[in-house]
Amino acid sequence: MFAAVLSFTILSILFGLGLGWSARRFRVDSDPVVDQIDAILPQTQCGQCNYPGCRPYAEAIAAGDAPINQCPPGGEAGIRALADLLGVEALPLNPENGLEKPRTVAIIDEAACIGCTLCIQACPVDAILGAPKLMHTVIAAECTGCDLCLPPCPVDCIEMVPAEPTAGSWARPQPGHETARPLIGWSADLPPGAT
Amino acid sequence: MLTDPREQARLAGTRLHHFHGGLRLRHNKKISCTLPIERCAMPERFYVPLLQHIGQEAEPLVTPGQRVLKGEVLGFFEHLGSGHVHAPTSGTVSGIGLHPISHPSGTQGRCVILEPDGLDRWTERNPVADWRATEPEELRRIIRGAGIVGLGGAVFPTGFKVHEASRRGIHTLILNGAECEPYISCDEMLMRELPESIILGAQILQRAVGAERTVIAIEDQMGAVQQALQAALRAAEAEHIDIVKVTTIYPEGGEKQLIQVLTGLEVPSGGRPTDLGLLCQNVATATAVARAVVEGKPLVERIVTVTGNGVRRPRNLLAAIGTPISDLVRQSGGYTEHAARLVLGGPMMGYPLNSDANPVIKAANCILVLSSEDVRAPQPEMPCIRCGECARVCPAMLQPQQLHWTVQHGLWEETVAAGLPDCIECGCCAFVCPSHIPLVDWYRHGKAELRRLAAEHAAADAARRRFEAREARLARLEAERRQRMEEKKRGLRSKHAQQERIAAAVQRARARRDGES
Repeated sequence: MFAAVLSFTILSILFGLGLGWSARRFRVDSDPVVDQIDAILPQTQCGQCNYPGCRPYAEAIAAGDAPINQCPPGGEAGIRALADLLGVEALPLNPENGLEKPRTVAIIDEAACIGCTLCIQACPVDAILGAPKLMHTVIAAECTGCDLCLPPCPVDCIEMVPAEPTAGSWARPQPGHETARPLIGWSADLPPGAT
Repeated sequence: MLTDPREQARLAGTRLHHFHGGLRLRHNKKISCTLPIERCAMPERFYVPLLQHIGQEAEPLVTPGQRVLKGEVLGFFEHLGSGHVHAPTSGTVSGIGLHPISHPSGTQGRCVILEPDGLDRWTERNPVADWRATEPEELRRIIRGAGIVGLGGAVFPTGFKVHEASRRGIHTLILNGAECEPYISCDEMLMRELPESIILGAQILQRAVGAERTVIAIEDQMGAVQQALQAALRAAEAEHIDIVKVTTIYPEGGEKQLIQVLTGLEVPSGGRPTDLGLLCQNVATATAVARAVVEGKPLVERIVTVTGNGVRRPRNLLAAIGTPISDLVRQSGGYTEHAARLVLGGPMMGYPLNSDANPVIKAANCILVLSSEDVRAPQPEMPCIRCGECARVCPAMLQPQQLHWTVQHGLWEETVAAGLPDCIECGCCAFVCPSHIPLVDWYRHGKAELRRLAAEHAAADAARRRFEAREARLARLEAERRQRMEEKKRGLRSKHAQQERIAAAVQRARARRDGES
């Protein structure tokens, strides 16, 4: 009887120590689910989800405080990916948060800019370059198209333009969706033999 | 037999092997091989696209109104090392503007527009006196600066390829003269007319990458080519160069397929021929290397096949990069009455052009003018019946019907697992498909989507890093501000500091009074 109690006490102390040690040794700093959700979110940092950035929204989703349909830049594809990850049903995008639209890039009308730095303070990814009373400009490659620089601008000199496709960034469309091609486009100086 | 693949690859060309699938196609090459290669006449205006390779445009280095000499750098491209664009002739830059650029997208791109002065004067050239005495590193530097890209059609920068090859160490250089796509004959004519430049290029490349031997692969249907190359070999007294005839099966001229035929080994998925100790270059690329090293000429011209039932006199022309295609067609006798479609590249892998105002680019091996009889009326696309014909002919041993399914449904992970990146877009599957499914178009779309998704992910990661860096900075500034406030408050509260401050003020006042009196 005594031996049994003793051995179980010793065993439980040993297991307790082992568990305590491994909890410290293998501690995970951040919630892996939050990281996975954050990896799916588009990182626009636009705040349309009512959270101050993609990571806070990811944390809210992981905690079960927010539904998965509040991210307009991620769109339907993003919602589907989140639904797959979390094993929940995909919801249609909540129109209160905004509508899915093609990616845009901010452009500052440099002649009109008065150098107030308000947009620089608003930009969540530090994509605007400038100094007080000096012209500002957008680093187009870093701009996420979040629109956050528009409201603070006192002279309305920032415009959102669609990110322009170039031949280098061109992605081949699905077959059947290409623009129809003419037969030979004849040059003006070389009249075709046939019509 | 278990041997190291690298060692096994040393035997390249000694025994021929087979690759899976492929097609025997009607050749249609003879029609463009009857006339000798001729230089294309100087056009009125050159349109030199700044996008001639994978990736982004080259950075223009000239301004409108500037006079340039032939061979001067017009556009600078640092990525992967050798995509510079050079002036095709001497003249004046009349502008840098949008123009059709002979790209599958059919969109416009930035071109340097050059008005020739008719003198065709070269800029200062620095040919090496004796390439045999030149350091391999110097040879690679020259290749990099000359804007040479793979002229077989893939336009991969040669400078990067030779750099990689010398870094990884290779034993065999393969010169690809197996021009397997129907109609195209520019490599065949080059080997027939300028075999000595190919042998020279082979020797220089061999030295530049430290290869022990070279295998020049040609097709068994090219009769005169072998004699010409043999004669040039004897004349140059070149050693360690073998000429190997391979059986003509499309797409044997594909890099991976040719290596499989020569060595019996497959280039591993996601790998490069350097993994097997091999470097594969097109024969025209070897000529360009010889020009760059021995004559100091960058890549400003290439041989282009102008052929098809839609031109009167099909032939091969030596055309400067940037020459409008209409000029090449005019020199080939113009269009026939039945000309119907303009294709850049061959009938299997080429893409249609919107206009013959498009310029010749480095990738333009062939301009194919199809007649109305050649152009099949588009067949109605039927559902896949899983007959497996496509899998039977696929030279990459993929399951094309499976790829089609996954791409069509946007199952990108499954698509990669099914081997889409290994597809060489040869078009065999689409050619045999009884349901007329444009399979290759689907694969190209799938590859483009994979690239787009990867780029989006990279952009999101960059935005995340910048956002986190900004958050950290704001938090740090806030903490610093708080600390300063805290110190100030503490300073105001402490008696000792107050008295010190009063004493200092008294001191200052006294000093001022003393100064005044």
